[in-house]
Amino acid sequence: MRNLKTFIQDFGWPRIIIFFFLVGLFIMAPFVNVRLDASISDVLNRFGQNAIMVLAMVPMIQSGCGLNFGLALGLVSGLLGATLSLQFELHGMLGFLGAIALATPFSIIFGWLYAKLLNKVKGEEMTIAMYVGFSFIMFMCIMWLILPYSNPTMVWGYAGKGLRTTISVENYWLHILNDFLAIRIGQFFVFPTGLLLFVALFAFLMWLFLRTKTGTAMTAVGSNPDFARASGVDVDKMRTISIIISTFLGAVGIIVYEQSFGFIQLYTAPSPMVFPAVAAILIGGASINKASMVNVIVGTILFQGLLTMTPSVINSLLQTDMSEVIRIIVSNGMILYALTRKIKVSK
Amino acid sequence: MTNGSSLLSIEHVSKDFYGNVVLHDVSFDLHEGEILGLVGENGAGKTTLMRILFGMPVIMETGGFQGSIKIGGTEVHFSSPFDALDAGLGMVHQEFSLIPGFTTTENIVLNREPMRRTILNDVFGERMSVLERDKMRERAEKAISKLGVDLDPDMLVSEMPVGHKQFTEIAREIDREQTRILILDEPTAVLTESEAEVLLKTLKRLASEGIAIIFISHRLQEVLAIASRIVVLRDGHVVKDTVNENIGMRDVASWMVGRSLGEAGKRAEARNLGQTIFSVRHLWVDMPGETVRDVSFDVRKGEIFGIGGLAGQGKLGIPNGIMGLFPAGGEVTLDGKSVPLNDPAKALAMGMAFVSEDRRGVGLLLDESLEWNIAFTAIQVHRQYLKKMPLGLFSLRDEKAMEELCQEYVRLLDIKCTSTKQKAKELSGGNQQKICLAKAFAIKPRLMFVSEPTRGIDVGAKKLVLDTLHHYNRDFGTTIVMVSSELEELRSICDRIAIVDEGRIAGILPPTADISEFGLLMSGVAVEEAVNA
Repeated sequence: MRNLKTFIQDFGWPRIIIFFFLVGLFIMAPFVNVRLDASISDVLNRFGQNAIMVLAMVPMIQSGCGLNFGLALGLVSGLLGATLSLQFELHGMLGFLGAIALATPFSIIFGWLYAKLLNKVKGEEMTIAMYVGFSFIMFMCIMWLILPYSNPTMVWGYAGKGLRTTISVENYWLHILNDFLAIRIGQFFVFPTGLLLFVALFAFLMWLFLRTKTGTAMTAVGSNPDFARASGVDVDKMRTISIIISTFLGAVGIIVYEQSFGFIQLYTAPSPMVFPAVAAILIGGASINKASMVNVIVGTILFQGLLTMTPSVINSLLQTDMSEVIRIIVSNGMILYALTRKIKVSK
Repeated sequence: MTNGSSLLSIEHVSKDFYGNVVLHDVSFDLHEGEILGLVGENGAGKTTLMRILFGMPVIMETGGFQGSIKIGGTEVHFSSPFDALDAGLGMVHQEFSLIPGFTTTENIVLNREPMRRTILNDVFGERMSVLERDKMRERAEKAISKLGVDLDPDMLVSEMPVGHKQFTEIAREIDREQTRILILDEPTAVLTESEAEVLLKTLKRLASEGIAIIFISHRLQEVLAIASRIVVLRDGHVVKDTVNENIGMRDVASWMVGRSLGEAGKRAEARNLGQTIFSVRHLWVDMPGETVRDVSFDVRKGEIFGIGGLAGQGKLGIPNGIMGLFPAGGEVTLDGKSVPLNDPAKALAMGMAFVSEDRRGVGLLLDESLEWNIAFTAIQVHRQYLKKMPLGLFSLRDEKAMEELCQEYVRLLDIKCTSTKQKAKELSGGNQQKICLAKAFAIKPRLMFVSEPTRGIDVGAKKLVLDTLHHYNRDFGTTIVMVSSELEELRSICDRIAIVDEGRIAGILPPTADISEFGLLMSGVAVEEAVNA
């Protein structure tokens, strides 16, 4: 009994409620003519699409910079990499890996500048980060128009310049990971092996990194910066590294998302992608200065599961479109819940 | 020099904070026109006593106090400082509680301004009255003249020298007609010598007009100069309550710090210490509240060097500055090699370790396991407890070696914990302190700084911590520099003790030196006298 109690306490009521809600949705699905196998396949796919962006939250949480509300910087780096890869006509796996490679220098530069700023505003990182994200996306709205891209699949047809809002990657690297070793069962179920392997690889690398000397120092910086400093750790350097890694993972995350989704979305599209990533890691049980791989995986499955199942099941049930409302309530509610838990962290 | 009946009597006052006794059966009287000098070390209970006297809410919140306080013969129960003010108590604080943007006059009569009624009063009530500026000024001038000092009533507080601020505070207290008892907590701490002299003169004047004064100060010469009676508090007990006649500074100093003398003497074994391994020249450290101005000393190999002194004099700044935690300058050498300041990593790499006085703030990773806490510095500074991965590209934490290390120290220092995976915040203060020591021992330092190692831990743990330090010093030859505000503790294990006063070393004494010598050094007087004695 006591074990159960402590388990519930550790896991947290919101997570348990969401878990049972999700299970309930799966149970209800067949009764409202929603195919279970298609739903599961969908959840797995969405998990793979989003997991790396959620993983991007981990380094900054660990180093005490809080939740990366400025993930947009990473997303934009990824978009730059993806569009450049198309511009250079890179196809297939080469195109996908090329996109990541091209995005890397941008993510390092943006991450470094972003870190410079965040190191000046310790304690207020999250608020500042949010505005950095918003303003950077707006700045890029101008850049997408004036950067000299020329690939006809990407630019506006009538003007011959300026990137379109949505660019298809169909002839380049669509489903390059999803279809790698994919297992198809029946008409509706596809197991996206390549995608999940890729996610697992990154989660494993992150797990390893947190166990190195640098990773250990980073965690200590997040846990108690004064302690870390007294032990000879350069606090600002650790924070900078964590922010650069987070930005890089944001870039990889959006490219993985695009190859699965099929389109590169530009302009204001990255804006609404940040909050779901934040919400997912919080649902997974991370606090604002502790996060683990388990938090990432559990959180992404729960959050994306909810997102997949609510439209199909609830809408069929209520005959009305509630999905967006529920999604917003859950994601923002979760962020709110986690931020109020901030005080529980001992100092 | 007692004239008239007693104005204020404190009778059998005791107070504990959750079982920790701070005041024990304190009784004394204060008579009209008397200046009572209240002296005691940090933590002797002076502040708590004043809080009780003033009915500060913190006393009630922590369970009240025993005993009684009588003013003019009738027992009083203050539930807030306002009641105390009404009863005629005035308090001049160590930190100024003045409004910088207001003038002297406005500050003196603040919240007691004379008002003139206006027509708006009928509609909006009392709050719409206007101030009577000339009467305010008149009253302020009267209060100032009573002090016998030269204060400009129209000067802004923000433009005043500190001395004038102090006088403004006193003027504010005596402007209250009913003020009969004035309490001054370290009023001369921020003043220059000449300003302090004027203040003392003023206090005497006030006393001659019938105001009773409680004067709290650690500058013994001042207390001796003006007090008619001296009460010495030590560890919550009144150890001396005497008329100020034929008393020397040395007497007061030894009452203040003295416990039994024999205790320390027996430890003074003859030791063969090596040559100087660590020397500090003209060190300054900018640590808020603990500024170090100009400190030089040498530590010999295998020595336990003690640094004592009152709070705020800069003793804590010394290790914090040397270890690079606060901006510092000067020359520090270890083994003839210069130690770079302002760089904790280099200081640690040179073989120094530091156990911080701020255990929870700097000393521990509260949210991490004991293993992390103990091994972390060794991992970061000496790349220990890491194991190379195949191919040698990178190395990971060696969790097993960390656990073994932690278990070793848990056994060695008798740390009470459920497992080495337990989080540091779950341990008691004494055990947390042992973790901090283990962290320092784990990097096998040549020189170890230990700052306030027994602060906030119980007696049993204190002994264990001190024994551990002693053991490491004797059996492993670790040179230790120990900073502590508890003189007895320093005298029990140190080979030499430096006393810091106002950011400088006032003198270095052997632990066997007479207790009064230490007291004199702490009070910042007679440095030469003490050294020659």
